[in-house]
Amino acid sequence: MYDVIVIGAGISGSTTARELSRYQLKICVVEKAEDVCCGTSKANSGIVHAGYDARAGSLMAKLNVQGNQMMEAASKELDFPFERIGSLVICCAKADIPVLQRLYAQGKANGVQGLEILGKEAVMAMEPNITAEVVAALYAPTAGIVCPFTMNIAYAENAFENGVEFRFHTEVKKIQKVEDLFEIETTKGLLQAKCVVNAAGVYADRIHHMLSAEPMRITPRRGEYLLLDKTAGAHVSKTIFALPGKFGKGVLVTPTTHGNLLVGPTAVDIIDKEGTDTTAEGLARLRKQGGDHVRNIPMEKVITSFAGLRAHEDGHEFMIAAAKDCENLIDCGGIASPGLSSAPAIGKMVAEIVVEKLSPRFNTQFYGRRKGILSPARLSYADRDTLIRENPMYSNIVCRCEMISEGEVVDAIRRSLGATTLDGIKRRVRVGSGRCQAGFCTPKTMEILSRELGVRMEEIKKSGSDAQMILGKNKEWL
Amino acid sequence: MLIYDIVIIGGGPAGLAAALAAKEKGIEQILILERDCELGGILNQCIHSGFGLHIFEEELTGPEYALRYIEKIEAFKIEYRLNTMVVDICADKRVTTMSQADGMCVLQAKAIVLAMGCRERPRGTLHIPGFRPAGIYSAGTAQKLVNMNGFMPGKEVVILGSGDIGLIMARRMTLEGAKVKVVAELMAKSGGLQRNIVQCLEDYGIPLRLQTTVVEIHGKEHITGVTLACVDEAGRVIDSTREYVSCDTLLLSVGLIPENELSLKMGVKLDMRTNGPVLNDKYETNISGVFACGNVHHVHDLVDDVSKEAEKAGTYAAMYVKGGA
Amino acid sequence: MEKKNLICIACPLGCALVIVVENSAVLSVTGQKCPRGEHYAIKEITNPTRIVTTTVTLIGGDIERLPVKTESEIPKDKIYDCVRALKGIAVKTPVYVGDVIVENIVDTGVDIVATNTKRTRTSG
Repeated sequence: MYDVIVIGAGISGSTTARELSRYQLKICVVEKAEDVCCGTSKANSGIVHAGYDARAGSLMAKLNVQGNQMMEAASKELDFPFERIGSLVICCAKADIPVLQRLYAQGKANGVQGLEILGKEAVMAMEPNITAEVVAALYAPTAGIVCPFTMNIAYAENAFENGVEFRFHTEVKKIQKVEDLFEIETTKGLLQAKCVVNAAGVYADRIHHMLSAEPMRITPRRGEYLLLDKTAGAHVSKTIFALPGKFGKGVLVTPTTHGNLLVGPTAVDIIDKEGTDTTAEGLARLRKQGGDHVRNIPMEKVITSFAGLRAHEDGHEFMIAAAKDCENLIDCGGIASPGLSSAPAIGKMVAEIVVEKLSPRFNTQFYGRRKGILSPARLSYADRDTLIRENPMYSNIVCRCEMISEGEVVDAIRRSLGATTLDGIKRRVRVGSGRCQAGFCTPKTMEILSRELGVRMEEIKKSGSDAQMILGKNKEWL
Repeated sequence: MLIYDIVIIGGGPAGLAAALAAKEKGIEQILILERDCELGGILNQCIHSGFGLHIFEEELTGPEYALRYIEKIEAFKIEYRLNTMVVDICADKRVTTMSQADGMCVLQAKAIVLAMGCRERPRGTLHIPGFRPAGIYSAGTAQKLVNMNGFMPGKEVVILGSGDIGLIMARRMTLEGAKVKVVAELMAKSGGLQRNIVQCLEDYGIPLRLQTTVVEIHGKEHITGVTLACVDEAGRVIDSTREYVSCDTLLLSVGLIPENELSLKMGVKLDMRTNGPVLNDKYETNISGVFACGNVHHVHDLVDDVSKEAEKAGTYAAMYVKGGA
Repeated sequence: MEKKNLICIACPLGCALVIVVENSAVLSVTGQKCPRGEHYAIKEITNPTRIVTTTVTLIGGDIERLPVKTESEIPKDKIYDCVRALKGIAVKTPVYVGDVIVENIVDTGVDIVATNTKRTRTSG
């Protein structure tokens, strides 16, 4: 029996679990996928928004600004990449300047610091690759970029280190409230809890309706992206937005924390909650439209494309509250953009609601720091030399594009909540995310996984349970 | 700091031939740096025959062709370091390497021959929509898994791209027990050699569909099929020709790109058309004393041509060192 | 009398051959740029043959497979029998290029030989 079961090991579930681990609570995170960060959290822009987009007075506005303010300290404490690079909203028509001014005023009302409306010259000086048609831009110096995988993983690892249990491949099928306890039927058996946190991403409405009659509808809003090679990473130095429209913030162009260039997302509402496939139309639109406000994007340097689903709630608001008709069900739904930016504040807020319900004591053993995976590339040659002599695995390069060593791959597998799949390794240490897109490293990474996990090569998966990398041995079918 | 006359980056066919040519011109201090555990480069996984008709006047397999050079390297006692990654090269020809044996190590070269070869174009450059399931491999990665590790990516295979590696892999997969359903080629003509179309596809009844491409990938976790469609003269997809083909493996053989990350970092100028360094008639880059040859220069169809080019580059590198520059 | 078109596979040039055949006998071959073309054409019409390359299991080396080939060409219709016969064959290091791995594979009179030298793994 648990005090709290958190459904979903994405960014919201993980920040919530970590904040709850500050208390003496028996906590379990259940996740239907094989790893943390497998849904919306793994396929987004990786942007830490400044906080001027959301309607003044909304929860979204409040948590975005709070999350943004908390991000720097969190990134240091939990060792994940975050850079406050600033953002620009580009306005290309004089007639649209009022829209920019409204955003500025909204930002001010939301408490966003340092906002400025810049004229053409100032914008061009800041970003030479902006379209010459720019007339003005909203500059937000507090906006930033974060590595969404590492952030999610860091929170989850720290939660785990502080006693939170994680159950993977565990999909919630049914929840019943029997007296004061939740009985949660999963694909891995029955679990019981006093309190349930619903952080199920695009499935949050389904989980919610297992227990509550209050309305909630989450529509998967697909966003497709193009990722460009690192040689294109300096094309812009800040996150460049178009003016916001009906479907959100439009297509952005941004450097990533790893030095790539990202163009996207599109925004199309779909029905399939698993619809993370890219489309011909979406990719074509990005290639064409990506250049609307940024000039000469070197599209020949695209190394991959992907799609993610935003958990769009009908009212475009975060649905973070205790359900009125079901005691101790805490919803954390509708976490679409700026969900990642808000995540540190979301975790804190959800935890506070739970604490109010269960009145737990503090966990005096709580240790809030987490050390990331050592990256030898960031060491001096002398330190790297010492490291290699201590552990020769750091000299064996597995991924040539990103120059990732066997030492880092092994760390990714052996650490708390370690990787069990190729994609899990990729999210932790970027093996296979470079320009050759796993051409060279795949056989090597598979061998290391096989050795470290003690499984046959045929059992190595790219991601979930059906994603075998190889189906047999030579001549087996002859 | 160790000083060498010539440091050769890469121990594949280009690096080996360049080293031998330089040695024959009387250069003593030569060092080959190889990141893999053996010399020979990609030839080691090219177990099919067809190499060496020009240079050795006989048909050799990839490993046999490489071995001819490796035996000479051993006989001439040319120094090489295996499992050694070149981390950085400075324009002043200082080379930083990393290996278990030597840790981080800095060498000074009088001349450098770049012979890093090339890599395969990945799926992402093709803009094929769909999920990103397991079962999609570049042909060379599959070749390594099958020929070096002994594992089969799958049983029912579709190959996109009819470059030589794609054609060769169609035959390899067939002879190891898989069914290759079709090789699709976007262009009106295969990029591979005619002999490979005959002996890799026609011999086994594998259809080659020209002006056809993969327009969609099906399957979320593991690939379950692809949609093929014909393209018109302008390369536009003809929707009425869309056809679903089930498969558990998609191999991509859609081109090779010279691997010039180290060259770029040290300031070598590249030709945007070939992605290889701009060379003068002595196979020298814009940096004096830095030469390039083989597939890092431009992608060659035949290894014999790589060896011939590398011999010249090695010879010019030797002359550069002897000239005392 | 019958005309047949073949692409010569003797070298990368891939000459387009025109062969005149009567009662399974080759009367003439044209289109080749060297004598190997004629040789190939006659064989391809009368008794087509191929070199077969594949791998067998290697024990004790750095990698798990040893590349091998038929030392000379074998009849085309024996290719599958040949690779099937190699299923389950394992060789221990050291192996040297040219070493005979299987003699007289599927009664073709042709040996399977190693196409690489593989020494015993020295480390990890």
